[in-house]
Amino acid sequence: MADFDAIVVGAGCAGSVAAYELAKAGKSVLLIDRGNFAGAKNMTGGRIYSHSLKEVFPDFEQEAPLERKVTHERISLMTGDSNFTIDFSSNDMLVAGQDSYTVLRAPFDQWLAEKAEEAGAETIFGIPVEELVKDDAGKIIGVRAGEDEITAEVVILCDGVNSLLTSQAVGAKKPSADMIAVGIKEVFELPASVITDRCQTNSDDEGTAWLYVGDATKGSFGGGFLYANKESISLGLVAGIEAVATGGSEPIYQMLEDFKHHPQVASIIKDGKLVEHSGHMVPEGGKNIMPELVGDGVMVAGEAAMMCINLGYQVRGMDYAVAAGMHAGRCAAAAIDKGDTSKAGLAPYVTALDNSFVMKDLNNYQKTPFFLENFSRMFNDYPALVKKAMNAMFIVDGTPGQPLKSTMMPLLKEVGYMNLLKDVRGAMKAL
Amino acid sequence: MSRTDYTVNVDEFLSLNKYEVDESNAHIELVDDPSDSEFDKLIMVCPAALYKRDADGVKTFDYAGCLECGTCRIICGDTILKKWEYPGPTMGVEYRYG
Ligand SMILES: Cc1cc2nc3c(=O)[nH]c(=O)nc-3n(C[C@H](O)[C@H](O)[C@H](O)COP(=O)(O)OP(=O)(O)OC[C@H]3O[C@@H](n4cnc5c(N)ncnc54)[C@H](O)[C@@H]3O)c2cc1C
Ligand code: SF4
Repeated sequence: MADFDAIVVGAGCAGSVAAYELAKAGKSVLLIDRGNFAGAKNMTGGRIYSHSLKEVFPDFEQEAPLERKVTHERISLMTGDSNFTIDFSSNDMLVAGQDSYTVLRAPFDQWLAEKAEEAGAETIFGIPVEELVKDDAGKIIGVRAGEDEITAEVVILCDGVNSLLTSQAVGAKKPSADMIAVGIKEVFELPASVITDRCQTNSDDEGTAWLYVGDATKGSFGGGFLYANKESISLGLVAGIEAVATGGSEPIYQMLEDFKHHPQVASIIKDGKLVEHSGHMVPEGGKNIMPELVGDGVMVAGEAAMMCINLGYQVRGMDYAVAAGMHAGRCAAAAIDKGDTSKAGLAPYVTALDNSFVMKDLNNYQKTPFFLENFSRMFNDYPALVKKAMNAMFIVDGTPGQPLKSTMMPLLKEVGYMNLLKDVRGAMKAL
Repeated sequence: MSRTDYTVNVDEFLSLNKYEVDESNAHIELVDDPSDSEFDKLIMVCPAALYKRDADGVKTFDYAGCLECGTCRIICGDTILKKWEYPGPTMGVEYRYG
Protein backbone atom coordinates (compact mmCIF):
# COMPACT_ATOMS: atom_id res chain seq x y z
CA MET A 1 0.00 0.00 0.00
CA ALA A 2 1.40 3.39 -0.96
CA ASP A 3 1.49 6.20 1.61
CA PHE A 4 -0.67 8.45 -0.59
CA ASP A 5 -2.78 8.15 -3.70
CA ALA A 6 -0.77 11.01 -5.20
CA ILE A 7 2.23 13.20 -4.49
CA VAL A 8 2.51 16.59 -6.17
CA VAL A 9 5.97 18.17 -6.27
CA GLY A 10 5.87 21.97 -6.39
CA ALA A 11 3.17 24.28 -5.03
CA GLY A 12 3.16 26.83 -7.86
CA CYS A 13 0.23 27.47 -10.19
CA ALA A 14 0.26 23.97 -11.65
CA GLY A 15 0.95 22.00 -8.46
CA SER A 16 -1.59 23.54 -6.10
CA VAL A 17 -4.34 23.20 -8.70
CA ALA A 18 -3.42 19.55 -9.37
CA ALA A 19 -3.48 18.83 -5.62
CA TYR A 20 -6.80 20.69 -5.27
CA GLU A 21 -8.43 18.59 -8.01
CA LEU A 22 -7.14 15.33 -6.52
CA ALA A 23 -8.33 16.22 -3.02
CA LYS A 24 -11.68 17.34 -4.38
CA ALA A 25 -12.01 13.93 -6.06
CA GLY A 26 -11.50 12.33 -2.64
CA LYS A 27 -7.92 11.16 -3.14
CA SER A 28 -5.24 11.35 -0.48
CA VAL A 29 -2.65 13.75 -1.79
CA LEU A 30 0.60 15.23 -0.51
CA LEU A 31 1.79 18.57 -1.90
CA ILE A 32 5.51 19.23 -1.32
CA ASP A 33 7.34 22.49 -1.96
CA ARG A 34 10.91 23.48 -1.23
CA GLY A 35 9.87 27.01 -0.22
CA ASN A 36 9.01 27.71 3.42
CA PHE A 37 5.55 28.59 2.15
CA ALA A 38 3.95 28.34 -1.28
CA GLY A 39 5.32 31.10 -3.49
CA ALA A 40 8.44 31.70 -1.40
CA LYS A 41 10.66 30.65 -4.33
CA ASN A 42 8.51 31.99 -7.16
CA MET A 43 8.52 35.08 -9.29
CA THR A 44 6.53 36.16 -12.31
CA GLY A 45 6.00 39.31 -14.40
CA GLY A 46 3.16 39.46 -14.16
CA ARG A 47 -0.37 39.10 -14.87
CA ILE A 48 -2.56 36.10 -15.01
CA TYR A 49 -5.21 35.68 -17.67
CA SER A 50 -8.22 34.57 -15.69
CA HIS A 51 -9.99 32.13 -18.03
CA SER A 52 -8.39 28.91 -16.76
CA LEU A 53 -8.41 29.99 -13.12
CA LYS A 54 -12.12 30.69 -13.39
CA GLU A 55 -12.77 27.18 -14.59
CA VAL A 56 -11.25 25.79 -11.38
CA PHE A 57 -12.33 28.54 -8.97
CA PRO A 58 -15.47 30.26 -10.31
CA ASP A 59 -15.37 32.82 -7.46
CA PHE A 60 -11.67 33.62 -7.62
CA GLU A 61 -12.37 37.34 -8.11
CA GLN A 62 -13.75 37.53 -4.57
CA GLU A 63 -11.22 35.18 -2.96
CA ALA A 64 -7.81 35.44 -4.58
CA PRO A 65 -5.25 38.07 -3.56
CA LEU A 66 -5.33 39.82 -6.93
CA GLU A 67 -3.50 43.09 -7.31
CA ARG A 68 -5.25 45.05 -10.08
CA LYS A 69 -7.47 44.23 -12.99
CA VAL A 70 -5.64 45.10 -16.20
CA THR A 71 -7.54 47.84 -18.01
CA HIS A 72 -4.67 49.27 -20.06
CA GLU A 73 -2.27 47.52 -22.36
CA ARG A 74 0.81 49.50 -23.29
CA ILE A 75 3.65 48.67 -25.63
CA SER A 76 6.69 50.88 -25.98
CA LEU A 77 9.41 50.99 -28.59
CA MET A 78 12.39 52.36 -26.78
CA THR A 79 15.80 53.71 -27.71
CA GLY A 80 18.30 55.06 -25.16
CA ASP A 81 16.86 58.55 -25.40
CA SER A 82 13.38 58.14 -26.83
CA ASN A 83 10.23 56.20 -26.20
CA PHE A 84 7.17 55.58 -28.36
CA THR A 85 4.14 54.14 -26.56
CA ILE A 86 0.89 52.63 -27.74
CA ASP A 87 -1.88 52.59 -25.15
CA PHE A 88 -4.87 50.36 -25.63
CA SER A 89 -7.95 49.90 -23.53
CA SER A 90 -11.29 48.36 -24.36
CA ASN A 91 -14.41 47.11 -22.64
CA ASP A 92 -13.69 43.66 -24.05
CA MET A 93 -10.71 43.39 -21.68
CA LEU A 94 -13.11 43.61 -18.75
CA VAL A 95 -15.45 40.77 -19.69
CA ALA A 96 -15.29 37.76 -17.36
CA GLY A 97 -13.14 35.08 -18.97
CA GLN A 98 -11.28 37.67 -21.06
CA ASP A 99 -10.00 39.67 -18.14
CA SER A 100 -6.55 39.52 -16.56
CA TYR A 101 -5.07 40.58 -13.23
CA THR A 102 -1.66 41.56 -11.97
CA VAL A 103 -0.42 39.31 -9.17
CA LEU A 104 2.49 38.88 -6.77
CA ARG A 105 3.37 35.24 -6.33
CA ALA A 106 4.08 35.09 -2.60
CA PRO A 107 0.49 36.01 -1.66
CA PHE A 108 -1.11 34.45 -4.74
CA ASP A 109 0.54 31.03 -4.43
CA GLN A 110 -0.27 30.86 -0.71
CA TRP A 111 -3.92 31.35 -1.55
CA LEU A 112 -3.80 28.60 -4.19
CA ALA A 113 -2.11 26.18 -1.78
CA GLU A 114 -4.72 27.01 0.87
CA LYS A 115 -7.43 26.05 -1.60
CA ALA A 116 -5.75 22.66 -1.96
CA GLU A 117 -5.46 22.32 1.82
CA GLU A 118 -9.10 23.26 2.37
CA ALA A 119 -10.08 20.57 -0.12
CA GLY A 120 -8.13 18.04 1.95
CA ALA A 121 -4.58 17.99 0.55
CA GLU A 122 -1.72 17.57 3.01
CA THR A 123 1.25 19.89 2.56
CA ILE A 124 4.95 19.90 3.40
CA PHE A 125 6.89 23.14 2.97
CA GLY A 126 10.59 23.90 3.15
CA ILE A 127 11.66 20.50 1.83
CA PRO A 128 13.19 19.96 -1.62
CA VAL A 129 12.47 16.60 -3.22
CA GLU A 130 15.89 15.27 -4.17
CA GLU A 131 15.08 12.16 -6.05
CA LEU A 132 12.27 10.04 -7.47
CA VAL A 133 11.88 6.49 -6.17
CA LYS A 134 11.39 3.74 -8.76
CA ASP A 135 10.45 0.09 -8.49
CA ASP A 136 12.44 -2.67 -10.18
CA ALA A 137 10.51 -2.23 -13.41
CA GLY A 138 11.36 1.46 -13.50
CA LYS A 139 7.92 2.72 -12.53
CA ILE A 140 7.95 5.83 -10.34
CA ILE A 141 6.50 4.97 -6.96
CA GLY A 142 7.44 7.91 -4.79
CA VAL A 143 9.87 10.64 -3.82
CA ARG A 144 12.92 10.95 -1.62
CA ALA A 145 13.84 13.98 0.47
CA GLY A 146 16.83 13.55 2.75
CA GLU A 147 16.43 10.19 4.47
CA ASP A 148 12.70 10.05 3.93
CA GLU A 149 10.95 8.10 1.24
CA ILE A 150 7.24 8.65 0.65
CA THR A 151 5.32 6.53 -1.83
CA ALA A 152 2.24 7.11 -3.99
CA GLU A 153 0.31 5.58 -6.89
CA VAL A 154 1.24 8.57 -9.00
CA VAL A 155 3.71 11.47 -8.74
CA ILE A 156 2.90 14.74 -10.50
CA LEU A 157 5.90 16.93 -11.21
CA CYS A 158 5.03 20.63 -11.11
CA ASP A 159 8.51 21.77 -10.08
CA GLY A 160 8.89 24.53 -12.62
CA VAL A 161 11.25 25.56 -15.42
CA ASN A 162 14.39 24.60 -13.51
CA SER A 163 13.17 21.08 -12.73
CA LEU A 164 15.92 18.78 -11.53
CA LEU A 165 13.50 15.86 -11.52
CA THR A 166 12.06 15.58 -15.05
CA SER A 167 15.29 14.00 -16.31
CA GLN A 168 14.79 11.12 -13.84
CA ALA A 169 11.07 10.92 -14.58
CA VAL A 170 10.77 11.13 -18.34
CA GLY A 171 14.35 11.50 -19.55
CA ALA A 172 13.97 15.23 -20.19
CA LYS A 173 17.15 16.83 -21.49
CA LYS A 174 18.47 20.05 -20.01
CA PRO A 175 17.25 22.72 -22.47
CA SER A 176 19.89 24.63 -24.40
CA ALA A 177 20.60 28.25 -23.53
CA ASP A 178 19.03 29.60 -26.72
CA MET A 179 15.67 28.12 -25.68
CA ILE A 180 15.53 29.73 -22.24
CA ALA A 181 15.46 33.34 -21.13
CA VAL A 182 16.50 34.87 -17.84
CA GLY A 183 14.08 37.16 -16.06
CA ILE A 184 15.15 39.81 -13.57
CA LYS A 185 12.72 41.94 -11.62
CA GLU A 186 12.47 44.57 -8.92
CA VAL A 187 9.43 45.54 -6.89
CA PHE A 188 8.94 49.19 -5.90
CA GLU A 189 6.44 50.25 -3.28
CA LEU A 190 4.35 53.36 -3.91
CA PRO A 191 1.01 54.61 -2.59
CA ALA A 192 -1.91 53.12 -4.51
CA SER A 193 -3.22 56.50 -5.66
CA VAL A 194 0.18 57.49 -7.07
CA ILE A 195 0.29 54.31 -9.14
CA THR A 196 -3.24 54.92 -10.36
CA ASP A 197 -2.36 58.45 -11.43
CA ARG A 198 0.88 57.50 -13.14
CA CYS A 199 -0.69 54.59 -14.99
CA GLN A 200 -3.71 56.73 -15.83
CA THR A 201 -6.32 54.24 -14.71
CA ASN A 202 -9.67 55.15 -13.16
CA SER A 203 -9.32 53.53 -9.76
CA ASP A 204 -6.91 51.75 -7.43
CA ASP A 205 -8.37 48.42 -8.59
CA GLU A 206 -7.38 49.00 -12.20
CA GLY A 207 -3.91 48.64 -13.58
CA THR A 208 -1.63 48.62 -16.56
CA ALA A 209 0.38 45.89 -18.24
CA TRP A 210 3.28 47.43 -20.06
CA LEU A 211 5.90 45.85 -22.33
CA TYR A 212 9.02 47.53 -23.73
CA VAL A 213 10.99 46.56 -26.80
CA GLY A 214 14.42 47.81 -27.86
CA ASP A 215 16.77 49.57 -25.49
CA ALA A 216 15.35 47.77 -22.47
CA THR A 217 17.56 44.83 -23.40
CA LYS A 218 20.15 46.92 -25.25
CA GLY A 219 19.06 45.44 -28.52
CA SER A 220 19.31 41.83 -27.33
CA PHE A 221 16.46 39.41 -27.91
CA GLY A 222 13.97 40.11 -25.14
CA GLY A 223 12.05 42.95 -23.58
CA GLY A 224 11.13 44.94 -20.51
CA PHE A 225 7.93 44.80 -18.48
CA LEU A 226 6.10 46.96 -15.98
CA TYR A 227 3.00 45.82 -14.10
CA ALA A 228 0.94 47.97 -11.76
CA ASN A 229 0.11 46.16 -8.52
CA LYS A 230 -2.07 47.57 -5.78
CA GLU A 231 0.69 49.29 -3.83
CA SER A 232 3.75 48.39 -5.82
CA ILE A 233 5.15 48.27 -9.31
CA SER A 234 6.81 45.19 -10.78
CA LEU A 235 9.57 46.21 -13.16
CA GLY A 236 11.86 43.85 -14.99
CA LEU A 237 13.39 42.34 -18.08
CA VAL A 238 13.35 39.05 -19.88
CA ALA A 239 16.27 38.32 -22.21
CA GLY A 240 17.51 35.22 -24.02
CA ILE A 241 20.29 33.56 -22.00
CA GLU A 242 22.42 32.64 -25.01
CA ALA A 243 21.92 36.05 -26.61
CA VAL A 244 23.06 37.93 -23.51
CA ALA A 245 25.85 35.51 -22.59
CA THR A 246 27.52 35.58 -25.97
CA GLY A 247 26.38 38.78 -27.65
CA GLY A 248 24.98 41.04 -24.95
CA SER A 249 26.50 44.48 -24.67
CA GLU A 250 26.21 44.45 -20.88
CA PRO A 251 25.17 42.12 -18.05
CA ILE A 252 21.48 41.59 -17.38
CA TYR A 253 21.62 43.39 -14.02
CA GLN A 254 23.14 46.47 -15.65
CA MET A 255 20.44 46.36 -18.32
CA LEU A 256 17.83 46.54 -15.57
CA GLU A 257 19.69 49.39 -13.91
CA ASP A 258 19.75 51.36 -17.18
CA PHE A 259 16.11 50.51 -17.86
CA LYS A 260 15.17 51.83 -14.42
CA HIS A 261 16.92 55.09 -15.21
CA HIS A 262 15.44 55.55 -18.66
CA PRO A 263 13.53 58.84 -18.32
CA GLN A 264 10.22 57.26 -19.28
CA VAL A 265 10.50 54.40 -16.76
CA ALA A 266 12.08 56.59 -14.07
CA SER A 267 9.03 58.85 -14.11
CA ILE A 268 6.73 55.94 -13.30
CA ILE A 269 8.76 54.49 -10.40
CA LYS A 270 9.95 57.85 -9.05
CA ASP A 271 10.26 57.82 -5.23
CA GLY A 272 9.28 54.14 -5.22
CA LYS A 273 10.92 52.14 -2.44
CA LEU A 274 12.80 49.12 -3.74
CA VAL A 275 11.70 46.14 -1.65
CA GLU A 276 12.80 43.06 -3.60
CA HIS A 277 15.24 42.01 -6.33
CA SER A 278 14.46 38.66 -7.93
CA GLY A 279 15.45 36.34 -10.75
CA HIS A 280 13.76 33.44 -12.53
CA MET A 281 14.00 31.69 -15.88
CA VAL A 282 11.41 31.71 -18.66
CA PRO A 283 11.19 28.81 -21.11
CA GLU A 284 10.91 30.21 -24.62
CA GLY A 285 11.39 27.14 -26.75
CA GLY A 286 7.76 26.10 -26.30
CA LYS A 287 6.80 22.86 -27.97
CA ASN A 288 10.34 22.39 -29.26
CA ILE A 289 11.69 21.70 -25.78
CA MET A 290 8.73 19.92 -24.21
CA PRO A 291 9.54 16.61 -22.54
CA GLU A 292 7.19 13.64 -22.52
CA LEU A 293 4.21 14.51 -20.34
CA VAL A 294 3.66 11.07 -18.81
CA GLY A 295 5.71 8.05 -17.81
CA ASP A 296 4.97 5.02 -15.66
CA GLY A 297 3.62 6.45 -12.40
CA VAL A 298 4.44 10.05 -13.29
CA MET A 299 2.97 13.13 -14.98
CA VAL A 300 4.56 16.51 -15.77
CA ALA A 301 2.62 19.81 -15.75
CA GLY A 302 3.28 23.53 -16.12
CA GLU A 303 6.72 24.92 -16.69
CA ALA A 304 8.37 21.68 -15.65
CA ALA A 305 7.03 20.68 -19.08
CA MET A 306 8.07 24.06 -20.56
CA MET A 307 4.48 25.22 -21.05
CA CYS A 308 5.07 28.91 -21.62
CA ILE A 309 4.88 31.35 -24.50
CA ASN A 310 6.64 34.65 -24.99
CA LEU A 311 5.39 36.48 -28.07
CA GLY A 312 7.13 39.71 -27.23
CA TYR A 313 3.80 41.46 -26.73
CA GLN A 314 2.42 38.71 -24.51
CA VAL A 315 3.97 36.42 -21.87
CA ARG A 316 1.89 33.49 -20.73
CA GLY A 317 2.69 30.61 -18.45
CA MET A 318 0.41 30.90 -15.44
CA ASP A 319 -2.84 30.23 -17.28
CA TYR A 320 -1.21 27.21 -18.96
CA ALA A 321 0.08 25.98 -15.59
CA VAL A 322 -3.38 26.28 -14.01
CA ALA A 323 -5.02 24.42 -16.91
CA ALA A 324 -2.35 21.71 -17.03
CA GLY A 325 -2.55 21.27 -13.25
CA MET A 326 -6.31 20.91 -13.50
CA HIS A 327 -6.13 18.26 -16.23
CA ALA A 328 -3.28 16.43 -14.47
CA GLY A 329 -5.21 16.31 -11.19
CA ARG A 330 -8.44 15.14 -12.80
CA CYS A 331 -6.78 12.53 -15.02
CA ALA A 332 -4.64 11.25 -12.13
CA ALA A 333 -7.78 10.78 -10.01
CA ALA A 334 -9.46 8.86 -12.82
CA ALA A 335 -6.39 6.66 -13.35
CA ILE A 336 -6.21 5.88 -9.61
CA ASP A 337 -9.90 4.89 -9.70
CA LYS A 338 -9.18 2.53 -12.58
CA GLY A 339 -6.17 1.12 -10.76
CA ASP A 340 -3.85 1.86 -13.66
CA THR A 341 -1.23 4.57 -13.22
CA SER A 342 1.10 3.16 -15.85
CA LYS A 343 2.13 5.40 -18.73
CA ALA A 344 -0.80 4.06 -20.75
CA GLY A 345 -3.18 4.57 -17.86
CA LEU A 346 -2.11 8.21 -17.55
CA ALA A 347 -2.26 8.89 -21.29
CA PRO A 348 -5.73 10.55 -21.11
CA TYR A 349 -3.89 13.54 -19.57
CA VAL A 350 -1.97 13.99 -22.82
CA THR A 351 -5.18 13.75 -24.84
CA ALA A 352 -6.93 16.24 -22.56
CA LEU A 353 -4.09 18.73 -23.04
CA ASP A 354 -4.01 18.13 -26.80
CA ASN A 355 -7.68 19.03 -26.94
CA SER A 356 -7.27 22.11 -24.77
CA PHE A 357 -5.94 25.58 -25.58
CA VAL A 358 -2.66 24.60 -23.91
CA MET A 359 -1.32 22.30 -26.62
CA LYS A 360 -3.19 24.12 -29.37
CA ASP A 361 -1.35 27.33 -28.47
CA LEU A 362 1.98 25.59 -28.05
CA ASN A 363 1.52 24.00 -31.48
CA ASN A 364 0.44 27.25 -33.11
CA TYR A 365 3.37 29.20 -31.74
CA GLN A 366 6.01 26.60 -32.48
CA LYS A 367 7.87 28.86 -34.91
CA THR A 368 7.83 31.94 -32.68
CA PRO A 369 11.07 31.34 -30.78
CA PHE A 370 13.10 30.95 -33.96
CA PHE A 371 11.49 33.98 -35.53
CA LEU A 372 12.02 36.26 -32.52
CA GLU A 373 15.54 35.09 -31.87
CA ASN A 374 16.60 36.10 -35.36
CA PHE A 375 14.59 39.28 -35.38
CA SER A 376 17.32 41.68 -34.34
CA ARG A 377 15.73 44.50 -36.35
CA MET A 378 12.81 44.47 -33.91
CA PHE A 379 15.13 45.10 -30.99
CA ASN A 380 17.43 47.59 -32.75
CA ASP A 381 16.47 49.15 -36.07
CA TYR A 382 12.74 49.58 -35.63
CA PRO A 383 12.79 51.48 -32.34
CA ALA A 384 15.43 53.76 -33.89
CA LEU A 385 13.33 54.15 -37.02
CA VAL A 386 10.25 55.08 -35.03
CA LYS A 387 12.25 57.64 -33.10
CA LYS A 388 13.43 59.31 -36.32
CA ALA A 389 9.97 59.22 -37.84
CA MET A 390 8.41 60.75 -34.73
CA ASN A 391 11.14 63.38 -34.54
CA ALA A 392 10.42 64.21 -38.16
CA MET A 393 6.76 64.70 -37.33
CA PHE A 394 6.97 66.51 -34.03
CA ILE A 395 10.22 68.48 -33.86
CA VAL A 396 9.91 72.09 -35.06
CA ASP A 397 13.13 74.05 -35.13
CA GLY A 398 12.50 76.64 -37.80
CA THR A 399 14.05 74.72 -40.69
CA PRO A 400 11.57 74.57 -43.57
CA GLY A 401 9.08 71.71 -43.19
CA GLN A 402 8.93 68.79 -45.64
CA PRO A 403 5.90 66.78 -46.69
CA LEU A 404 5.70 63.52 -44.71
CA LYS A 405 6.43 61.43 -47.78
CA SER A 406 9.82 62.97 -48.35
CA THR A 407 10.84 62.62 -44.70
CA MET A 408 9.51 59.12 -44.17
CA MET A 409 10.60 57.37 -47.36
CA PRO A 410 14.35 57.79 -46.76
CA LEU A 411 13.86 56.38 -43.26
CA LEU A 412 12.17 53.26 -44.58
CA LYS A 413 14.95 52.93 -47.10
CA GLU A 414 17.47 52.75 -44.24
CA VAL A 415 15.94 49.53 -42.99
CA GLY A 416 15.24 48.40 -46.54
CA TYR A 417 11.80 47.90 -48.03
CA MET A 418 12.47 44.24 -48.60
CA ASN A 419 13.48 43.70 -44.97
CA LEU A 420 10.39 45.48 -43.82
CA LEU A 421 8.13 43.36 -46.00
CA LYS A 422 9.95 40.20 -44.97
CA ASP A 423 9.61 41.06 -41.29
CA VAL A 424 5.93 41.88 -41.53
CA ARG A 425 5.29 38.62 -43.36
CA GLY A 426 7.43 36.66 -40.91
CA ALA A 427 5.69 38.24 -37.94
CA MET A 428 2.26 37.43 -39.36
CA LYS A 429 3.25 33.79 -39.68
CA ALA A 430 5.11 33.30 -36.40
CA LEU A 431 3.08 35.44 -34.01
CA MET B 1 34.27 40.66 -22.20
CA SER B 2 36.68 42.85 -20.35
CA ARG B 3 34.43 45.49 -18.87
CA THR B 4 34.42 45.32 -15.10
CA ASP B 5 33.33 48.88 -14.45
CA TYR B 6 29.60 48.47 -14.07
CA THR B 7 28.37 50.97 -11.58
CA VAL B 8 25.42 49.24 -10.05
CA ASN B 9 25.84 47.57 -6.69
CA VAL B 10 23.48 44.62 -6.86
CA ASP B 11 24.63 43.38 -3.43
CA GLU B 12 22.86 46.38 -1.97
CA PHE B 13 19.60 45.32 -3.65
CA LEU B 14 20.05 41.72 -2.55
CA SER B 15 20.39 42.90 1.04
CA LEU B 16 16.69 43.85 0.84
CA ASN B 17 15.78 40.23 0.12
CA LYS B 18 15.16 37.66 2.80
CA TYR B 19 17.68 34.79 2.94
CA GLU B 20 18.53 31.88 5.16
CA VAL B 21 22.09 31.11 4.08
CA ASP B 22 23.36 27.58 4.53
CA GLU B 23 26.91 28.37 5.64
CA SER B 24 27.83 24.71 5.83
CA ASN B 25 26.92 23.77 2.27
CA ALA B 26 27.50 25.62 -1.00
CA HIS B 27 24.66 24.55 -3.30
CA ILE B 28 26.57 25.75 -6.38
CA GLU B 29 30.26 25.05 -6.97
CA LEU B 30 32.62 25.96 -9.77
CA VAL B 31 35.38 23.72 -11.05
CA ASP B 32 38.92 24.64 -10.07
CA ASP B 33 40.34 27.21 -12.43
CA PRO B 34 37.28 27.93 -14.60
CA SER B 35 37.98 29.28 -18.08
CA ASP B 36 37.69 33.02 -18.62
CA SER B 37 35.30 32.78 -21.53
CA GLU B 38 32.80 30.58 -19.72
CA PHE B 39 33.05 32.59 -16.52
CA ASP B 40 32.35 35.80 -18.42
CA LYS B 41 29.09 34.31 -19.68
CA LEU B 42 28.04 33.90 -16.06
CA ILE B 43 28.89 37.53 -15.35
CA MET B 44 26.55 38.49 -18.18
CA VAL B 45 23.52 36.43 -17.20
CA CYS B 46 23.39 35.97 -13.41
CA PRO B 47 20.57 38.27 -12.27
CA ALA B 48 22.12 38.52 -8.82
CA ALA B 49 25.56 39.56 -10.15
CA LEU B 50 27.26 36.91 -8.04
CA TYR B 51 29.96 36.09 -10.56
CA LYS B 52 32.54 38.84 -10.45
CA ARG B 53 35.94 39.74 -11.83
CA ASP B 54 37.95 42.54 -10.33
CA ALA B 55 40.20 44.98 -12.20
CA ASP B 56 43.01 42.39 -12.18
CA GLY B 57 40.73 39.77 -13.65
CA VAL B 58 40.50 37.75 -10.42
CA LYS B 59 37.30 35.74 -10.34
CA THR B 60 34.98 35.43 -7.36
CA PHE B 61 31.64 33.76 -6.78
CA ASP B 62 29.48 33.86 -3.66
CA TYR B 63 26.45 31.60 -3.52
CA ALA B 64 25.00 33.44 -0.52
CA GLY B 65 22.93 35.89 -2.60
CA CYS B 66 21.68 33.25 -5.03
CA LEU B 67 18.14 33.67 -6.38
CA GLU B 68 18.03 29.94 -7.30
CA CYS B 69 16.96 30.74 -10.84
CA GLY B 70 19.11 28.11 -12.56
CA THR B 71 20.42 30.40 -15.29
CA CYS B 72 24.06 29.53 -14.57
CA ARG B 73 23.14 25.84 -14.69
CA ILE B 74 21.62 26.26 -18.15
CA ILE B 75 24.55 28.14 -19.66
CA CYS B 76 27.50 26.53 -17.85
CA GLY B 77 26.11 23.38 -16.25
CA ASP B 78 28.16 21.25 -18.61
CA THR B 79 31.31 23.35 -18.52
CA ILE B 80 32.58 25.16 -15.44
CA LEU B 81 29.89 24.34 -12.88
CA LYS B 82 30.81 21.29 -10.85
CA LYS B 83 27.63 21.28 -8.79
CA TRP B 84 24.19 22.85 -9.00
CA GLU B 85 21.61 21.80 -6.42
CA TYR B 86 18.77 23.52 -4.64
CA PRO B 87 19.73 24.70 -1.15
CA GLY B 88 18.86 22.29 1.66
CA PRO B 89 15.61 22.26 3.66
CA THR B 90 14.30 25.74 4.62
CA MET B 91 17.45 27.38 3.20
CA GLY B 92 18.02 29.99 0.53
CA VAL B 93 16.03 32.94 -0.73
CA GLU B 94 12.50 33.64 0.45
CA TYR B 95 10.49 36.04 -1.69
CA ARG B 96 7.91 38.18 0.07
CA TYR B 97 6.50 39.63 -3.17
CA GLY B 98 7.55 37.48 -6.13
C1 LIG C 1 10.12 37.40 -15.48
C2 LIG C 1 8.93 36.55 -15.76
C3 LIG C 1 7.76 37.13 -16.22
C4 LIG C 1 6.63 36.34 -16.47
N1 LIG C 1 5.46 36.96 -16.81
C5 LIG C 1 4.33 36.22 -16.92
C6 LIG C 1 3.08 36.85 -17.09
O1 LIG C 1 2.96 38.08 -17.09
N2 LIG C 1 1.98 36.06 -17.26
C7 LIG C 1 2.05 34.70 -17.21
O2 LIG C 1 1.02 34.03 -17.34
N3 LIG C 1 3.24 34.07 -17.02
C8 LIG C 1 4.36 34.80 -16.86
N4 LIG C 1 5.55 34.17 -16.61
C9 LIG C 1 5.59 32.71 -16.57
C10 LIG C 1 4.95 32.16 -15.28
O3 LIG C 1 5.50 32.79 -14.16
C11 LIG C 1 5.19 30.65 -15.20
O4 LIG C 1 4.81 30.07 -16.40
C12 LIG C 1 4.44 29.97 -14.08
O5 LIG C 1 4.83 30.48 -12.84
C13 LIG C 1 4.68 28.47 -14.11
O6 LIG C 1 3.99 27.85 -13.07
P1 LIG C 1 4.41 26.43 -12.56
O7 LIG C 1 3.44 26.08 -11.49
O8 LIG C 1 4.57 25.51 -13.68
O9 LIG C 1 5.86 26.59 -11.95
P2 LIG C 1 6.36 27.52 -10.71
O10 LIG C 1 5.40 28.59 -10.43
O11 LIG C 1 7.75 27.87 -11.02
O12 LIG C 1 6.32 26.50 -9.48
C14 LIG C 1 7.27 25.50 -9.30
C15 LIG C 1 7.28 25.14 -7.83
O13 LIG C 1 8.06 23.97 -7.62
C16 LIG C 1 8.84 24.12 -6.46
N5 LIG C 1 9.97 23.19 -6.60
C17 LIG C 1 10.91 23.17 -7.59
N6 LIG C 1 11.74 22.12 -7.42
C18 LIG C 1 11.32 21.47 -6.31
C19 LIG C 1 11.78 20.32 -5.61
N7 LIG C 1 12.83 19.61 -6.04
N8 LIG C 1 11.13 19.94 -4.49
C20 LIG C 1 10.04 20.64 -4.03
N9 LIG C 1 9.57 21.74 -4.65
C21 LIG C 1 10.20 22.15 -5.77
C22 LIG C 1 9.19 25.58 -6.44
O14 LIG C 1 9.51 26.01 -5.14
C23 LIG C 1 7.91 26.22 -6.96
O15 LIG C 1 7.02 26.55 -5.94
C24 LIG C 1 6.69 34.94 -16.32
C25 LIG C 1 7.87 34.35 -15.86
C26 LIG C 1 8.97 35.14 -15.55
C27 LIG C 1 10.20 34.50 -15.00
S1 SF4 D 1 21.14 30.22 -9.86
FE1 SF4 D 1 20.72 32.25 -10.75
S2 SF4 D 1 21.10 33.69 -9.09
FE2 SF4 D 1 22.02 31.75 -8.46
S3 SF4 D 1 24.15 31.93 -9.11
FE3 SF4 D 1 23.05 30.88 -10.78
S4 SF4 D 1 22.47 32.53 -12.16
FE4 SF4 D 1 23.02 33.51 -10.22
